[in-house]
Amino acid sequence: MSGLRILVPIKRVIDYAVKPRVNRAQTAVETANVKHSMNPFDELSIEEAVRLRERKVPVEEIVAFSAGPPKAQDVLRTAMAMGADRGIHVVVEESEQLEPLGVAKLLQQVVGQEKSNLVILGKQSIDDDANQTGQVLAGLLNWPQATQASKVTIEGDSVTVTREVDGGVETLRAKLPLIITTDLRLNEPRYASLPNIMKAKKKPLAKKTLKDYEGDFSARLKTLKVTEPPPRKGGVKVDDVDGMIGKLKELGAL
Amino acid sequence: MASVSRFSLPLRRLRCSSATSQKTSRLRPAAQVRWTTASTEPHQADKSGGTKGASAPAKVVKFTSETYPELKRDSKYSQITPEHVRFFQELLGSGSAVIDGLSTDATDDIEPFNSDWMRKYRGHSKVVLKPGSTEEVSKILKYCNNNMLAVVPQGGNTGLVGGSVPVFDEIVINLQRMTNIRSFDEVSGILVADAGVVLEIADNFLAEKNHIFPLDLGAKGSCQIGGNVATNAGGLRLLRYGSLHGNVLGIEAVLPDGTIVDDLIKLRKNNTGYDIKQLFIGGEGTIGIITAISILCPQRSSALNVAYFGLESYEKCQQAFREAKSQLSEILSAFELMDGRSQKLLNRATGRKLPLEGEHPFYCLIETSGSNSDHDSEKLTNFLEHVMESEIVSDGVLAQDQTQIRDLWSCREGIPECLGHWGGVYKYDLSIPISSMYEIVNDVRDRMTEAGLIGDDDAHPVVDVVGYGHMGDSNVHLNIPVRRYDKKVEKALEPFVYEWVQGKYGSISAEHGLGIQKKPYIGYSRSDTMIKLMKQIKDLYDPNGIMNPYKYL
Ligand SMILES: Cc1cc2nc3c(=O)[nH]c(=O)nc-3n(C[C@H](O)[C@H](O)[C@H](O)COP(=O)(O)OP(=O)(O)OC[C@H]3O[C@@H](n4cnc5c(N)ncnc54)[C@H](O)[C@@H]3O)c2cc1C
Repeated sequence: MSGLRILVPIKRVIDYAVKPRVNRAQTAVETANVKHSMNPFDELSIEEAVRLRERKVPVEEIVAFSAGPPKAQDVLRTAMAMGADRGIHVVVEESEQLEPLGVAKLLQQVVGQEKSNLVILGKQSIDDDANQTGQVLAGLLNWPQATQASKVTIEGDSVTVTREVDGGVETLRAKLPLIITTDLRLNEPRYASLPNIMKAKKKPLAKKTLKDYEGDFSARLKTLKVTEPPPRKGGVKVDDVDGMIGKLKELGAL
Repeated sequence: MASVSRFSLPLRRLRCSSATSQKTSRLRPAAQVRWTTASTEPHQADKSGGTKGASAPAKVVKFTSETYPELKRDSKYSQITPEHVRFFQELLGSGSAVIDGLSTDATDDIEPFNSDWMRKYRGHSKVVLKPGSTEEVSKILKYCNNNMLAVVPQGGNTGLVGGSVPVFDEIVINLQRMTNIRSFDEVSGILVADAGVVLEIADNFLAEKNHIFPLDLGAKGSCQIGGNVATNAGGLRLLRYGSLHGNVLGIEAVLPDGTIVDDLIKLRKNNTGYDIKQLFIGGEGTIGIITAISILCPQRSSALNVAYFGLESYEKCQQAFREAKSQLSEILSAFELMDGRSQKLLNRATGRKLPLEGEHPFYCLIETSGSNSDHDSEKLTNFLEHVMESEIVSDGVLAQDQTQIRDLWSCREGIPECLGHWGGVYKYDLSIPISSMYEIVNDVRDRMTEAGLIGDDDAHPVVDVVGYGHMGDSNVHLNIPVRRYDKKVEKALEPFVYEWVQGKYGSISAEHGLGIQKKPYIGYSRSDTMIKLMKQIKDLYDPNGIMNPYKYL
């Protein structure tokens, strides 16, 4: 085998340290003027791809891919600053929101064009929490999949993936080509260093639109309503131990 | 040791100060949130903390009166009696508002109010009062004044000059129960709130309204806005938002005779007479107790960026600062300096990984905040390219998301806390003309080396000599982390440091104030005339001298 051709799909989402707010019409989360950054699970995917190369696994190329609004190119630049070799940006307008199936259909064609033999995706994006894209893609490509990886080792075309399951770990082995989705403990993503941010500006970034791909990408679900969780009831302050015991009794905790 | 574990409570609050840290730990691999989950207790030894050789024993703080035997209790003050305590209990009603160490053994309860954050000063107070309203403060002070009972106003007890704890048996008046936010005007941005509101709570409240408290500092999870005003704290954003002397519009305070100074004005402009509230800003509780403030809060910036650089010399730090001012101008909101040693100690004490590969003699952190992220990013990118290409900075990182922004800030904000890891710290907070700001750190290090006080093992009291601070304000924090407080170290430091600063026409206390630590040295930064005028003010408002005695002047 000549080497790994890794595809890393990434998504621009509302920064996870920002508290999202539902819009007035209750149709979606407010995105205007809100800080966005790379989906944290996708940072892990990029990091893992770069580490494979640093571990001297023969990596031919790391391609970062994002389907999203024009601003999604910011996260692609970040991915390239972290070590991806080039980027592909499918510009998707606000009105043509993609569902996981749509994204997977795009990725299926990109995998073909790029001759990728390993796709590393985040296990989910923190905005939609769908946890589907990797799995649907594996189905479309008819490739094996190892989801929620916490450790990845590669020897030749044999890949060993450790995944955390309830109460323990599970170790899987599969041959390339393969789909991997990443989980939190896989690695610790690096900072984008200034020299690499400069270099990333000169790396190639291909711009496409949905028209460059075949298939039906239209949404099949309609969002009826988005609501915030009910506000937490404020606690009460008790003045002293007697007050606390009284309160606990009142609540039936004692 | 009960006192130790109790004391750690406010500290833990301090460390977990960021409201979202829980979320962080959920989404980040554990290693990256080490800072928020570290088990090392500052100012206390920890065997697993990466210190080479033996670690300092976790010892009880020495009484200030033992460390400084020349300090004597002034006999003009009455001894507190059970009768006094009964008065306070009747006045304040609720049991928890009075900690009575006179008729009961409340040593453990009182300990956190008696010892300071640095574990350097410790008083003998037997009584702590926690009034719940301005009227209660007024009645307490009037009673103390009539009965010649000395008091110490106390906020979050994070002050760094020993001002917030008693020396002998002064009564502690802590404002932690006064926590109302009284009003906020979304048009003018003016906040009116009780003095006991914790800074971070005030800032979170303002964040909900897209505003920001014009002050931010590492102790924000514990310190109170009244304490901030009483110390005229400077902090991390002074460069951008200016000093509290400008931002505080009004104050409500109580004088020792019970008079309520009702100057809680909500006006930016008010040229009608002497601006008496200014005396309380930085007054350190020596003329009265602040019970509420009104403060002008700016709009919160929606676009925030943070970069962290490694630089090869202090010369380059100055160049970077000049470039930042000229190229980032109005969006520059902080420019902080950290020397390589401070970052190395942060790494040693907490085990956290530093953002840059390799070591650099100096690090700077810059923050920009503005309203338009495209505009800011373009400016910042041009600036970063320039400083990289012209080799002003050797390496650097730019935060890509909010979590990285917080992590980079913690490389600066975490320093004061980690330096106490080995047992204690001698802290100097100095204003020095920017060109020679860092020389003092080198000079003090040389002095410690010559005196044979600095070294890697337990035989040497001094761990290292480090410098960091608010470069944008020409304010350096000279810190000497030690394994134990030691008279020899103190002799090598003082008056040397003060004379050095005086020689450069600097200030011996840029933002931390005078308290007990700097009281004897005010003469290095103020003339006899100025000190005389200050004493007149003190005598005018506090003729009996009951307010925070043995300190300040
Ligand atoms: C980790 C850390 C970082 C810090 N960083 C900075 C910094 O960047 N910049 C800076 O300027 N300072 C800094 N400080 C010190 C700073 O002075 C205090 O953190 C803060 O301003 C004091 O608030 P407090 O509520 O804790 O007051 P305390 O420590 O309780 O009191 C400080 C002084 O004010 C008096 N006082 C308190 N409340 C009142 C009141 N309501 N009325 C009258 N007098 C009162 C006390 O008597 C005492 O003299 C830092 C401290 C720590 C621990």
